[in-house]
Amino acid sequence: MFALSSVKPGQTVKVERLSGGGAVRRRIMDMGIIKGATVLVRKVAPLGDPIEVSVRGCELTLRREEAECVEVSDAGLQGRR
Amino acid sequence: MAAKDFDIALVGNPNCGKSTLFNALTGANQHIGNWPGVTVEKKTGKLKGKPEVTVVDLPGIYSLSPYTLEETVSRDYLMRERPGAVLNIVDGTNLERNLYLSTQVAELGIPMVIAVNMADQFEKDGIAIDMDKLSERMGVPVLGISALKGDGVDEAVSALLAAADGGVSPECPVRFSRQIEGALESIGARIAEVSGNDASRFASVKLFERDSLIAGELGISLDVEGIIGEVERHCGDASDSLIVEGRYSFIEGVVADCLSRTKNAGESLTAKIDKVVTNRVLALPIFAVVMFLVYFLSITAVGGPATDWVNDGLFGDGFFVSGDAEAFAEAKSEYDDAQNAIGAFTDAAAREGIEIDPDDAKGSDAALVQAQEAGVVGEYDSYDEETGEDELVEVDAAAFAEALEVAEPDPSDYGTWVLGIPVLIGNALDAANVDERVSACILDGVVAGVGAVLGFVPQMLVLFFLLAILEGCGYMARIAFILDRVFRRFGLSGKSFIPMLVSTGCGVPGIMASRTIESENDRRMTVMTTTFIPCGAKLPIIALISGAVFGGAWWIAPSVYFMGIASVLLSGIILKKLKPFAGRPAPFLMELPAYHMPTPGSLLRNMWERGWSFIKKAGTIILLASILIWFVSTYGFSNGSFGVVEDQADSLLAIAGGAVSWIFAPLGFGNWQATAATITGLIAKENVVSTFGILYAGDAGWYANVQASYTAAAAYAFMAFNMLCAPCFAAIGAIRREMNNAKWFWAAIGYECGWAYAVALVIYQVAGLVSGELSFSVWSVLALAVLAGAIFLIVRPNGNGRCREQKSCCVQQ
Repeated sequence: MFALSSVKPGQTVKVERLSGGGAVRRRIMDMGIIKGATVLVRKVAPLGDPIEVSVRGCELTLRREEAECVEVSDAGLQGRR
Repeated sequence: MAAKDFDIALVGNPNCGKSTLFNALTGANQHIGNWPGVTVEKKTGKLKGKPEVTVVDLPGIYSLSPYTLEETVSRDYLMRERPGAVLNIVDGTNLERNLYLSTQVAELGIPMVIAVNMADQFEKDGIAIDMDKLSERMGVPVLGISALKGDGVDEAVSALLAAADGGVSPECPVRFSRQIEGALESIGARIAEVSGNDASRFASVKLFERDSLIAGELGISLDVEGIIGEVERHCGDASDSLIVEGRYSFIEGVVADCLSRTKNAGESLTAKIDKVVTNRVLALPIFAVVMFLVYFLSITAVGGPATDWVNDGLFGDGFFVSGDAEAFAEAKSEYDDAQNAIGAFTDAAAREGIEIDPDDAKGSDAALVQAQEAGVVGEYDSYDEETGEDELVEVDAAAFAEALEVAEPDPSDYGTWVLGIPVLIGNALDAANVDERVSACILDGVVAGVGAVLGFVPQMLVLFFLLAILEGCGYMARIAFILDRVFRRFGLSGKSFIPMLVSTGCGVPGIMASRTIESENDRRMTVMTTTFIPCGAKLPIIALISGAVFGGAWWIAPSVYFMGIASVLLSGIILKKLKPFAGRPAPFLMELPAYHMPTPGSLLRNMWERGWSFIKKAGTIILLASILIWFVSTYGFSNGSFGVVEDQADSLLAIAGGAVSWIFAPLGFGNWQATAATITGLIAKENVVSTFGILYAGDAGWYANVQASYTAAAAYAFMAFNMLCAPCFAAIGAIRREMNNAKWFWAAIGYECGWAYAVALVIYQVAGLVSGELSFSVWSVLALAVLAGAIFLIVRPNGNGRCREQKSCCVQQ
């Protein structure tokens, strides 16, 4: 498991677990980034932060700081629940 | 129910076409205000053809969580006001994420209809949605519509009215696992026990999620931790995760059932555009070009000239419809110079005891001959407002005679001239024989005040139009994406860049442009600090100080801009650490919506709504303040009686200036002239210069008098204070409009003045000590203490570092 913030652009990963709490964690979940969801890291902003990800067919942007709270694993190792 | 008045509420994600549908439903019959106590916009309107039905447009939200203002406001409204029915708008091109909100709204127990919007778009994309099946799975009526084209809107309205009429609560679509359902049931029973009412499923679910607001909303206190804990132990996950996962797995099933793709989705147009627009290399240059266009169109090319036209033409002497305006301006300035020369010479002659009447001094008037023999020479300042350069012009008898020959140019000789509104009203008042004092009050007070309000409207409308395009097409969200890294260090949003940029032209549209920032904290911070940036009207002050006191030194203007930017950034760092801004950090997690072409109608509507809200909300304060300042600067005591005074030195303003000038003594300008100039600067900053021109009039010329009255340290401190303190009334009005809260409004004005005072104090005291013009005093100690305090606040680590804190205290079980 590693943090979403360390994933290179172009890679697809699977969400394993959310750490952190409060507003950030809830907001991440509300946007559909939950256990089992597949996330494609699309790109990094010109200044290196935030990042853009594609999840459930829509494009989201989040800061590395928030992406650190999303623990992911390589997609395809386990099937979706 | 149909006979009674009732509300219907529009609920949906941001960018789902909700506003378009709202406009289609209500037409022109709208009311735009704010939700109580917050700066979130509230739009209501009467349903077309059904005036008894009020349509309430709730803010665009993704969820009914308690974390963002928009969500809290929407929840509060839905739970307390209980609208007759809810119309949930769902973006058909993004069904999965949109239905997440629908599953929550359905649990509120309010009659509900789902409208799947953008039917034309998703059909084009090769997506087919089975509305009947979707309706069956969601337990509410579902219709496909296109808000943009108006397709299916009437059907949606009839379905909605029927639902409101029936008053039937929707069946809750999502069923969770057996343990969770059991827990929800027992929580519902507990709520019913305590409150005496049947609990909505929404309430039970929110209590189960440990939602921080629900207990307050229900007005009960209930401990259900035991029930929740048992489920969490059994399922091995936090209760809110279980609920969200339950919802999404239900939705995945629904989408798999109801949605079919007839063609394989290739790369979308949005993805293609973003490959260029948010490209690592190209993003910043493209952004620079877009910003240049915004600035150029709103300030330089269209907005600025239009504003000048309103101020100097429509609300000035008049304007040319056609003709040689430049030649007229030249003749006019020649005439003004001649008038100055005449005034200077007659004044000088009067001091020699020779009374010259310029009206019959032509030719060989005896007094003129006498003055010539006495060698009378008058002097006046020929001052260039733009460069701050001044020339002391000497007027001898020959020059005086020459000046008398210069006739006042008649604008109608130079082309078709239209009289300005003040001239027309003045003529009408003269014709009606209105008392001079009353007509002065109307012209210089009321008409000038209205002009001051309307003067800002043209450039604001241009700017709002451009902002509406940026927002409507989806680029605004990308700006936040590109610039977030720079601005968030200073407690600001990437979108704060636009208000700051526009403020270099004019702070009023700059403040209004902060409307596009979602986070309330970021928005308030931007509104508070954006007028630190020197606007166009402050340039004459910079020019005067740099010309008169610093000999036109090149570094003055850049240093003022640097001071403005530094004030914004340092304020951001300091304010972020203060309590009102420290609470509830808004997570930066937003959607980059699909690009689309905004419709001209929505752009114009958006532009007009914002422009009108400025005229209405900011207009009154500007008008009243302008009239008040006009009154105190023209009325006063001369020769022992109260009335209109010839010399501004006798005015109430001068008296007031003298009474409070001690406040500015530690800043080096504790004299009544500087104080009065600062006060008139509140009408418009460039007034500081003209007030100096009046108050420092004297033998040597006002320019030389200013030069003699200020040391370098005092002059720079005066300039710094006027750059940073409360802006002009128009901008103050805009701040009031945007803060929408008396406490925050006064906090903003107070902070600006306090900051200006602190900066000017430090500049004067430190520069004075260094140059040796001041000796070490209690004020020096205070200045150093202020400096030390500011540095402490800046370097002090932020108490609410986010991720770290959350990780240590809220790790999931």
